[in-house]
Amino acid sequence: MSDHDKIYSTKFQDKIERSTVLMFVMVAIVVAIGGIVEIVPLFYLDRTMTHLSPDVKGKVGSKEISPIVWQRQPGQSLDDWKPGDGVRPYKPLELAGRDVYVREGCYLCHSQMIRPFRDEKDRYGHYSVSSESMYDHPFQWGSKRTGPDLARVGGKYSDEWHRRHLKYPREVVPESVMPNYVFLGKSKVNAVQIKKNMEAMRSMPFYPAPYTDADIASAKDAVEGKTELDAVVAYLQSLGNHIKFTEGVNYRD
Amino acid sequence: METTQAASVRYDMGVVRWFSIAAVIYLVVGTFLGVWIASELAWPFLNFDIAEITFGRLRPLHTNAVIFAFGGCTLMATGFYIVQRTGSTRLWSNNLAWFTFWGWNLIIVLAVITLPLGITQSKEYAELEWPIDILIAIIWLAFGLNYIMTIAIRKVSHIYVSNWFFMGMIIMITYLHVVNSLAIPVSLTQSYSIFSGVQDAMVQWWWGHNAVGFYLTAGFLGIMYYFVPKQANRPVFSYRLSVLHFWTLMFGYVWLGAHHLQYTALPDWTGSLGAAISLAMIIPSWGGAMNGMMTLSGAWDRLRTDYILRFLVVSLAFYAMSTFEGPVMSIKTVNALSHYTDWTVGHVHSGALGWVAMVSIGALYHLVKKLWNTEMYSDNLVNVHFWLSTIGTVVYVVAMWVSGIMQGLMWRDYDEYGTLTYTFVESVSAMHPYYAMRAIGGIIFNLGAWIMLYNVVMTVRKASAARATHAVPAKA
Repeated sequence: MSDHDKIYSTKFQDKIERSTVLMFVMVAIVVAIGGIVEIVPLFYLDRTMTHLSPDVKGKVGSKEISPIVWQRQPGQSLDDWKPGDGVRPYKPLELAGRDVYVREGCYLCHSQMIRPFRDEKDRYGHYSVSSESMYDHPFQWGSKRTGPDLARVGGKYSDEWHRRHLKYPREVVPESVMPNYVFLGKSKVNAVQIKKNMEAMRSMPFYPAPYTDADIASAKDAVEGKTELDAVVAYLQSLGNHIKFTEGVNYRD
Repeated sequence: METTQAASVRYDMGVVRWFSIAAVIYLVVGTFLGVWIASELAWPFLNFDIAEITFGRLRPLHTNAVIFAFGGCTLMATGFYIVQRTGSTRLWSNNLAWFTFWGWNLIIVLAVITLPLGITQSKEYAELEWPIDILIAIIWLAFGLNYIMTIAIRKVSHIYVSNWFFMGMIIMITYLHVVNSLAIPVSLTQSYSIFSGVQDAMVQWWWGHNAVGFYLTAGFLGIMYYFVPKQANRPVFSYRLSVLHFWTLMFGYVWLGAHHLQYTALPDWTGSLGAAISLAMIIPSWGGAMNGMMTLSGAWDRLRTDYILRFLVVSLAFYAMSTFEGPVMSIKTVNALSHYTDWTVGHVHSGALGWVAMVSIGALYHLVKKLWNTEMYSDNLVNVHFWLSTIGTVVYVVAMWVSGIMQGLMWRDYDEYGTLTYTFVESVSAMHPYYAMRAIGGIIFNLGAWIMLYNVVMTVRKASAARATHAVPAKA
């Protein structure tokens, strides 16, 4: 018996090692399992999404739950939405601002995902829930806080503060290490593109943004003449105040 | 010189040479970009108010340069080398290999152009926009097809262990890249992911962690299983351990992505499952590291004189360390502190600099000597490079450990009145010395890369000159 015929492991392993096809097939199966188990259920388990979860519906105990997702009445425009009415899709200028946020890689230093800890509640506000980012294609949770979390930054500072801070961060926060985004004030939002972007958001296979034709038709006027700086400020001011959280209710599984 | 003669088999080594040289150049460029963005965080005036070089735009360029330019060229150089040598056969298609070389470098050029312009999908480690994503898929499949077909036409009975790991990488990266890049284009330079929120987060970190697990680990373990035994001139310590290492890694790594999303809006079961398997992964990872280390048993004395072997051994030490640190960081109580901090950055770099770069550098020096059939221009410079790499990595990683743990502790600290002790910006200014120290660690590492480039260029020139005098001795 030559050395090559001796089996040092198991017969099956030896068979795999002798066959390119068998090894290919075995590897292709083995590496697929984990992803399927972890990802696929997120698309059908109701408890994944706050607004679908049976635990967070109607009344919890004696407490009335505010709507998680905005229930828009016929004829209402995006401007009829009030903070606390529930998660809504972005207004045209906010969406344009979000595009700039993505383009500049803001997520590399700012998270948008508050964890359920006492210090994060004191610092940033109520912990984030999944439905709050349901219209976020792609998600912007981030993975690093070189700067603070922005999930609930909306309404915390004035528009004017944001403008100054974005242009020259160290003017308002001397210790900041953020780049100066003064160039955002010099370029205008592309009003033609934003309509296309809203249409794409409306045609998503998962969690499409429920824009009406009227929303999309009004987009051009809403962003015409605005700078990218205006857009980013509008986006930041829209973050985190969609849901009115009821104290003492567990919004996560 | 398209082919070299070795025993009776002719190999296609031209493309391997080009990938090797490209890898060395990208090591210099990629780590230089890292030094630059690290310096921007320490001294923000370095952004110079120029949109194209702000931190947010250059950081993806740095990660793409080190992972896909340096890492990719290293994987393709070593992959095409290993698959030929272990199969005693030439490449299935030399032309397809050259297509892969030019295609891959075209992708890198496109990344250098598009990322500073802000053309990005904003998915970490998969930022490139959809037309480039399609190009990546084509080139990757060309590489994979060529690799697997070369295994199929091998002249030996069994497939060597390195090729298992490479095959695992090729298949898994194909899955990951295709699924994670699914997007609806709105223009040539912009698209939106078809997934949103929590599902997008899980798909992204399934990609994100497996880019680490399969591209930066499985592929480089393939390198380890070939070059460590070759450089040490000893057989792999345990064949059975490598079988165990392979299958557990293939099965287990896939689950880990969820541990990046502990305490987020991702359902608890997913994160906990990711953390549980992460802990179990210590066993195969350490099994593999031991297998590499023990391959040196009986040859440890060679570390005194063989500087290339030093790179390989230290890389295994860092591999063992990071694959212990990773599972620890996935434990929920630890993750509560470490997540969002520089500790994560430190962990990534102990893996990226200590493991991936070191094992690659060792393999590349080995390759240069073999491919040009010569000794290195200067062995002393290899030794200098070794120390610069090691010291640079340690300085970097220590700086990030200290800053990361400090950040985590400052954020959660309460004073005696029950209010937060520190504002966020106080934690930012407390990071300054560590950000400076990190930049210095990076500079030291980058300096080593420049020395390597010089040494490799001089080696190739020397070898070419020697061949020229040899070939045409009469010319004067």
